[in-house]
Amino acid sequence: MELRASPHLRVSPSVEVIMRNVVYALLPICAFSVYQFGISVFALLAVSVITCLLTENLICRLSGKTPTTGDWSVVISALLLALTLPPGFPLWMAAVASFVCVAVGKMLFGGLGFNVMNPALVGRAFVQAAFPASITSWTPYMLPGRFAEFIPTSLATPFLRPAPLAEWIAGKPLDGFSGATPLALMKFDHVPTDSIQLLIGTTAGSAGETSALLIFICGIYLVVRKMMDWRITASVLLVASATSGIFYWMDQSIYPDPLFTLCSGGLMLGAVFMATDMVASPVTPWGVWIYGALIGFVTIIIRLFGGLSEGVMYAILLANASSPLISAVTQPRIYGATKPKGTE
Amino acid sequence: MSGQETSKQPARPRSSSLIIALTAISMTSGLLVVLAFQLTLPRINLNKQRALERAVFTVLPESTVRKNYYLDTDGLTLLPDDSFAQANVYAGYNDQGTFTGMAIEGSARGYQDIVKVLYGYSFENQSIVGMTVLQSSETPGLGDKVETDPEFLANFIQLDARLNDASSALANPIVTVKRGKKIHPWQIDGISGATVTSKAIGAALRDSAGQMLPLLVKYESSLERTIPISKGHE
Amino acid sequence: MVNDPRLPEPLSWDTFQQGLWKENPVFVMLLGLCPVLAVTNNAMNALAMGLATTFVLICSGVLVSLLRKVIPKQVRIASYIIIIATFVTIVDYAIQAISLDLYKALGAFIQLIVVNCIILGRAEAYASKNTIVNASVNALGMGVGFTFALLCLGGVREVFGSGSLFGFSLFAPSFQPWSIFVLPPGGFFVLAFWLFLFSVIKERRKAAAQLKQEAGNAS
Repeated sequence: MELRASPHLRVSPSVEVIMRNVVYALLPICAFSVYQFGISVFALLAVSVITCLLTENLICRLSGKTPTTGDWSVVISALLLALTLPPGFPLWMAAVASFVCVAVGKMLFGGLGFNVMNPALVGRAFVQAAFPASITSWTPYMLPGRFAEFIPTSLATPFLRPAPLAEWIAGKPLDGFSGATPLALMKFDHVPTDSIQLLIGTTAGSAGETSALLIFICGIYLVVRKMMDWRITASVLLVASATSGIFYWMDQSIYPDPLFTLCSGGLMLGAVFMATDMVASPVTPWGVWIYGALIGFVTIIIRLFGGLSEGVMYAILLANASSPLISAVTQPRIYGATKPKGTE
Repeated sequence: MSGQETSKQPARPRSSSLIIALTAISMTSGLLVVLAFQLTLPRINLNKQRALERAVFTVLPESTVRKNYYLDTDGLTLLPDDSFAQANVYAGYNDQGTFTGMAIEGSARGYQDIVKVLYGYSFENQSIVGMTVLQSSETPGLGDKVETDPEFLANFIQLDARLNDASSALANPIVTVKRGKKIHPWQIDGISGATVTSKAIGAALRDSAGQMLPLLVKYESSLERTIPISKGHE
Repeated sequence: MVNDPRLPEPLSWDTFQQGLWKENPVFVMLLGLCPVLAVTNNAMNALAMGLATTFVLICSGVLVSLLRKVIPKQVRIASYIIIIATFVTIVDYAIQAISLDLYKALGAFIQLIVVNCIILGRAEAYASKNTIVNASVNALGMGVGFTFALLCLGGVREVFGSGSLFGFSLFAPSFQPWSIFVLPPGGFFVLAFWLFLFSVIKERRKAAAQLKQEAGNAS
């Protein structure tokens, strides 16, 4: 420590410290997911982290840079990616997603700080288009024996089609697992799911999206430590619930209520951990609100009127792509500066 | 651009020479296009006819001959054999020249774009006896299963399409249900993972059958029940 | 090009080879990307599109070269477009006559050959200044180069996206196809991959040539 005269500028935490704290915040979600879906999710997380680290290391070596794997950011991307995949997602496909996530989503643009979009979502969008059947195969939660037995699709041989899950699920002591997420049930069959279930996460869904409450609490940890822009999360959630509220008010029989909207699908995970990606979001005071609003609005429009039942991923990617524009048009005037004559 | 810099002041050609040049080129082009059109027309028509017949004979099993009809609220009109482009329904006949059923088109919005289907309707058992997808751009691996999935296609071997007592609409609207949830003969067992597309096919059948079948029953008298089969007829 | 572009070029191997590699319309000039991305979801479509474009390239090249002294400069673009449109229409009918399925798969992209800038570019930059033989040889080279590029994309996309090549299955039926490759994003990914590969090869060659030259100078 060194003593200095004023001004006493506070040292902002380094990238590495922030990133490590985000990983801490993600750990409870990972743990809950492993508890809920079992050993398959553990393997999914491990494969994703290992592949991401290897890919980043390899690309750094190929391009003659010093490896940047020590700054934890790649671990965040890897964990987030794994949390957005279905629990029984074939591990080889998860490796493909991880490779695309780091190689295309991050390193191709120049590494941390230069990515245009959230790398985890780039990886997920790739496998969504590449393996549409596997990424929409859901498995029941809290199965007995989940810590001893893999979900059979997880261990599919690389490059081969995973066997259908229906038979395996039918052999389990369950009554009426529909094989669909709460969102899909609502959208295609107008079957609502209890909000309490959605809050605590006793539903089918992607590995880490089920418990809205847990994600929210982990988000609060980051906000308290001032390591996350709460305004983005707030505007995503506000606009999403407002938009769905309008539709719910118009016709309660088809459209879900705002609470369902907030707690179902990947909205909470997306709003807390992905929309707030520091690199791919705008930095201007107005920009963050507009950016969040765009995500919230587009998500609901895709959910209600698109072909897919979930729209958070595409909404965030779209907003990521438009964030330079949002930043540019919302530049605050420098205090005391006058408008240059003849412009604007 | 070339040549412009060599001459100081390029002589402006008279506009008549420009017009003549363009006209000559256009006329030559027109001639070539017409020539190509005339040469390929019989082949193109043959191809279209074959594609259509393949579809009609798929949805109306046992059929080997097709007749073109035009059906609207004014009646059912028989069209000549080669004007299939104007027809909107097609009657199928078997080897003996006996009427087997009617092939009708339907369409509905799928996941990517409009899905167009052709289905066969049998008067005898008042049901749909076959369905084939004419046009779709659904997601490969998911939505396009509706064209290949044998269990899904089995729905259309006998899909109830009875009309109500007044013959004004379907007695039970055709509907796509979740896989394994089919209990009524007018329900289509959907494909999990191709929910939107299999629902679109259900909607296409429901809308088209609901509109066309009442008309078809109303004007049934204009339909030829048997047709003479000449030997060597295709 | 050091040659005066106004003078007709002498016929050489380069006339043909230009379009294949050095000025490949897709991989070097990045022209005509609309069909390159849109119809290369399998190798057959790619081949058909390549052949159709080659036919239009050669025919329009020959006709433009033949009429190069007759067409007034002021209306040359209009004339070229009419000539190109004529051959595109002929190809359109021909493909319908050959196979309706192929015609459906290629969709509007057959008609859109009219606005493919490779063809107008060749007519304006080459055929209108060179003899018929040169123009047709050059057009053939460009056409083959374009077809080659389409096949490069179509082949990779079909192998990954459907597990087959020209419709023949390559793998066991349990192969998991990567649907993204037959979807539009796959076109961009595969094109980027080929561009990357070709620029790596080009850089390597350049470096090797430089090394050789330096070694030559040193001795």
